[in-house]
Amino acid sequence: MNIRGIKAIYNFEMSRTFRTITQSIASPVLSTILYFIVFGSAIGSRINDIDGLNYSSFLVPGLVMLTILNQSISNSSFGIYFPKFSGTIYEILSAPISPFEITCGYVLAAASKSVLVGIIILATSSFFIELSIIHPFWMIFLLILISLTFSLFGFIIGIWADDFQKIQLIPSFIITPLTFLGGSFYSINMLPEFWQKVSYFNPIVYLVSAFRWSFYGNSDVNIKISIFAIFFFLGLCLVLISMIFRSGYKIKT
Amino acid sequence: MNAIEIKNLNKSYQNGLKALENINLSVKKGEIFALLGPNGAGKSTLINIICGITKKSSGQIRVFGRDNEADYKKTRSMIGLVPQEIATDSFERVINTLRFSRGLFNKPSSDRYLDSVLNSLELSHKKSNQIRTLSGGMKRRVMIAKALSHEPNILFLDEPTAGVDVALRKTLWSYLNNLKKQGVTIFLTTHYIEEAENIADRIGVINNGKIIIIEYKKKLLKKFGEKKLIFTINRKNKSINTINSIIKKYELKQKGNKITFNYTQNSKKDPASDLLSELNKRSIRFQDLEIKKNNLEEIFINLVQK
Repeated sequence: MNIRGIKAIYNFEMSRTFRTITQSIASPVLSTILYFIVFGSAIGSRINDIDGLNYSSFLVPGLVMLTILNQSISNSSFGIYFPKFSGTIYEILSAPISPFEITCGYVLAAASKSVLVGIIILATSSFFIELSIIHPFWMIFLLILISLTFSLFGFIIGIWADDFQKIQLIPSFIITPLTFLGGSFYSINMLPEFWQKVSYFNPIVYLVSAFRWSFYGNSDVNIKISIFAIFFFLGLCLVLISMIFRSGYKIKT
Repeated sequence: MNAIEIKNLNKSYQNGLKALENINLSVKKGEIFALLGPNGAGKSTLINIICGITKKSSGQIRVFGRDNEADYKKTRSMIGLVPQEIATDSFERVINTLRFSRGLFNKPSSDRYLDSVLNSLELSHKKSNQIRTLSGGMKRRVMIAKALSHEPNILFLDEPTAGVDVALRKTLWSYLNNLKKQGVTIFLTTHYIEEAENIADRIGVINNGKIIIIEYKKKLLKKFGEKKLIFTINRKNKSINTINSIIKKYELKQKGNKITFNYTQNSKKDPASDLLSELNKRSIRFQDLEIKKNNLEEIFINLVQK
């Protein structure tokens, strides 16, 4: 196992994060603060409690989820796409490092950044609400698991993309709409029955629901089903990545 | 054991283009091997297949006796690659990009070694600079430093001096010769015949994906080294008929008083001596005599045009 190679990719990616700290960390924190001001304080004060929680508190898990999904995907897709774009991928491909090790380096770095941003958002939100986390272990576990899963998904997008527009395509037109419609800002139970049923086809519902459960013990979906859904998606991404590396798809000619 | 052994290597693309056809090639340990060929001949494809960047269609490649696919971790750890295009992370610092390369190739960190590489490439004073602030020539040297960062046994250089000024080119040649003395095997592709002529031990010529010839540089120059004997005849020569008969006999080219004799010298035949003896025998005097040797460039053009 080329641990030094994994570490080299990981450190390289992390140093890029700290070199572009405004874009990597400050920007999502600012967005969260704005969400809290607009939805939490301004509009949220006029919204009734949801599942026994005031709207600001209800908002926190959804907001964290919205950010880490986007961060995970953009971090890892950009991480692998940029060497392809700049030509520096030659070094990765000619190094004694296996596809699994390459994936580990990029995905672990992207997931670390997402977890870091998630924790910073939680810390920021504690300035606006009194934060309570009933299942802290599960919260951290889910934060890491979801970050890893979506970093893997982002890695696939980064390999598939052959221009910058394609990198933005799936996050903008699929992930963000699904997250907004996946119960980040409302409970699925608030929807008419038909739309509740439709919502269960949205995979993001399971993530948000599980994450909210770790905070408040309430969830729209059974926690076991949610965790199964996350692992299913993780497994799907792993299978896709192994197929990509085996065939050399969009990497080797 | 050869450093590189290639047998029956083929590469075809889905659009039907045959980039490499039945390549058989071996590179000896510790030599400088230069692969010459026009644009699109397949030089970079061959390097990229050996290094693992491009997939082969068929054939076998062994690096120090190990298969480059089955045993890719071992073979790649012995190889350093300097690609044709300058591809660097512009915002990264020079020393950090070298640390990254060394780590990627599974070598324990050693700033002392990296400093020595930077020093030998005259980059020490730029080690903390961002790569984007360096000149083109310096970036090229950073690429070489990256390839050397993991102490490879074989160094591949794909047109290393393309776009590099003459002074730097000569510095790089001397550096490559030093590496050779340290036991590093060097495989380079080049457009500059002068480069191969100056530093290579053996030369391969590739065209349209096929190897045309592989030979020791000296042998190649000797084998294909046509010489020119140019002499200017004295106007006072009596018999123009005698001169014309010699021109006909030896197929000489005449331009005014200047006569050129193209010939190939080998151990059995020395046509120049025969001609000079005949001129002497027939009392034909000449004012000036010059012998020109064909250089590699002319040999290369002749081979590729065949």
